Amino acid sequence: MTLATALFLLVLFVVTLTVAAYSTYAERKVAAFLQDRIGPDRAGPFGILQPLADGTKMFMKEDFIPAAANRRLFTLGPAIAMITALMTGVVIPWGGELTLFGETFRLQGTDPEIGILFVFAIVSIGVYGIMLGGWASNNKYALLGSVRAASQMVSYELGMGLSIVALVMLNGTLSLGGIVEHQAAHGWNIIYQPLGFIIFLVCAFAETNRSPFDMPECETELVGGYHTEFSSMKLGFFLFAEYTNMFISSAVISTLYFGGYHVPGLDRLGLDPNLTTLIGTAAMFAKTFFFIFFFMWVRWSTPRFRFDQLMNLGWKGLIPLGIANVLITGTVYHLAELWKG
Amino acid sequence: MAALFYILAAISVISALTVVGARNPVNSVIALVVCFLSIAGHYVLLNAQFLAMVHVIVYTGAIMVLFLFVIMLLNLNKPGGPRKSLAMRLAAAVAGGLLFLTLAAAVRQGVAITPAAGFDPGVGLVRHVGQVLFTEFLLPFEVSSVLFLSAIVGVVMLAKKDKDEAPDPHITGPERARRTA
Amino acid sequence: MEPISTPHDYLPVLVQAAIAVGFVGFALSAAAFLGPRLHGRKKEESFECGIEQQGDARRPFSVKYLLIAILFVLFDVEVIFLYPWAVNFKALGAVGFVEMVVFVGFVLAGLYYVLRKGVMRIE
Repeated sequence: MTLATALFLLVLFVVTLTVAAYSTYAERKVAAFLQDRIGPDRAGPFGILQPLADGTKMFMKEDFIPAAANRRLFTLGPAIAMITALMTGVVIPWGGELTLFGETFRLQGTDPEIGILFVFAIVSIGVYGIMLGGWASNNKYALLGSVRAASQMVSYELGMGLSIVALVMLNGTLSLGGIVEHQAAHGWNIIYQPLGFIIFLVCAFAETNRSPFDMPECETELVGGYHTEFSSMKLGFFLFAEYTNMFISSAVISTLYFGGYHVPGLDRLGLDPNLTTLIGTAAMFAKTFFFIFFFMWVRWSTPRFRFDQLMNLGWKGLIPLGIANVLITGTVYHLAELWKG
Repeated sequence: MAALFYILAAISVISALTVVGARNPVNSVIALVVCFLSIAGHYVLLNAQFLAMVHVIVYTGAIMVLFLFVIMLLNLNKPGGPRKSLAMRLAAAVAGGLLFLTLAAAVRQGVAITPAAGFDPGVGLVRHVGQVLFTEFLLPFEVSSVLFLSAIVGVVMLAKKDKDEAPDPHITGPERARRTA
Repeated sequence: MEPISTPHDYLPVLVQAAIAVGFVGFALSAAAFLGPRLHGRKKEESFECGIEQQGDARRPFSVKYLLIAILFVLFDVEVIFLYPWAVNFKALGAVGFVEMVVFVGFVLAGLYYVLRKGVMRIE
């Protein structure tokens, strides 16, 4: 832990907020494009100041708490949602090694040996934000929304956990930095784990409560779901946490299955190591942005699941598929070993 | 490191006391979550990183969510709750006192609490845990899978009625009338 | 031998937590300070689509959600057991794989039972 790491974390924090803020703008622009509209265009040229205007509005609105609510938990819910959303970025490798002023450091907050489990641990704490928020509101829609959200998130946590197992078998490590290095040496995981990737992707949609899995805030049935009673910055945190989670999950997907900051053939060009690292970081962000766009694309193209369909998909579809993926991967690996002799 | 340990220990103790002392069960649950997180911190200090994450994922992420569900389901939101009878309190005091006695005796009788000589920082890392678990402790591991199966069957047996039974007793009032109509 | 991971790897996590908590605390108190505040009995009622509030929201709900939570705990522990095995997958060889197939067999049996009993059937 050096000063450089602390500085890096601050930069990462600002970048995360900026990306999340501009994801809200991008979402509206993408939606507008898909629906043949213009989208936000009033605040600044092409409306690019829209996130600033939205943020200011969140600050200036009345911080309303219903009389029947539990005041402390009502504040704690959105706070947990936002804090857990901001925490995960610390273990993601955003780039390789950078040498500045004679010092070498990695573009990664930290690389503990159980990196991906750290992500899961934080995600599993994130459930509390929604549960407490919905329960504290003392509103029937909010309570139903939060119970749905919790059931959905825990169910898909299982599928997500299982989809990673086969990947870990082949990579032999849980560290995210290690997984990227393994992919740089042996090829991207998407080649070996297409089924695992699909399971993980679907679970990522469910974990972030994004459409078509946005049951917890399904406005046609539940008004606004767990955030029905929230306003001002508290509502802002719930919405903002969703976009931050989307950014982080996109980054995790890129890291696990698409080589993270690795660009095939780049190290053979003999470029300056710093330049290579920066290109790698740019590649990482490009992959991440693609998946953010993918999240939005799906949202504006597909109708929402029904709650029973969602549960069936999770328990009857993804969990058995995840186990099958583990067994298939193991069998194929050992058959290949036998073949090689 | 020592300072971190004392801070974490203080958090563990205070939050554990809050679990017992809080009037509102939801506050108890939150205090227990904090307690579990601080214990995970202790695991990290011992470099048992895998265990720390398992602790967070299983205890805070799964078991405490279940607790919250139970509190919501049983509608235990009224602070205070029912007063326990005298016999109940007496039984609790006796049981707690016995546990304390046992622990005190065990500590006095020579569970030597001394730093393990030659602590290997690699012992709690996931690779080592796996190697030991799947060679030395293979049998307990496989037996645990039977245990899980029996737990799953037990849960389903207790909670699930057969399909052709009467309407869900948890649905009451107008909703029930509507469904049976 | 690569350098092993130590507790020092978690200091950045603490720093990150401090940044996150600081930001959240700042934004929440700033919003509470900046926004207007008007009280009113009608206004502070829970929102139920404009219809008058009917009783308390905290009433018992279907036991099925509880069942999902219990089953999640059980399956979650089983999934956790797979990680130390997966990390050592190549080192443990074919014998290790067969060991895990036995374990996964029991998991699948449990899952099959759960699905067969229609636990996940939510009307």
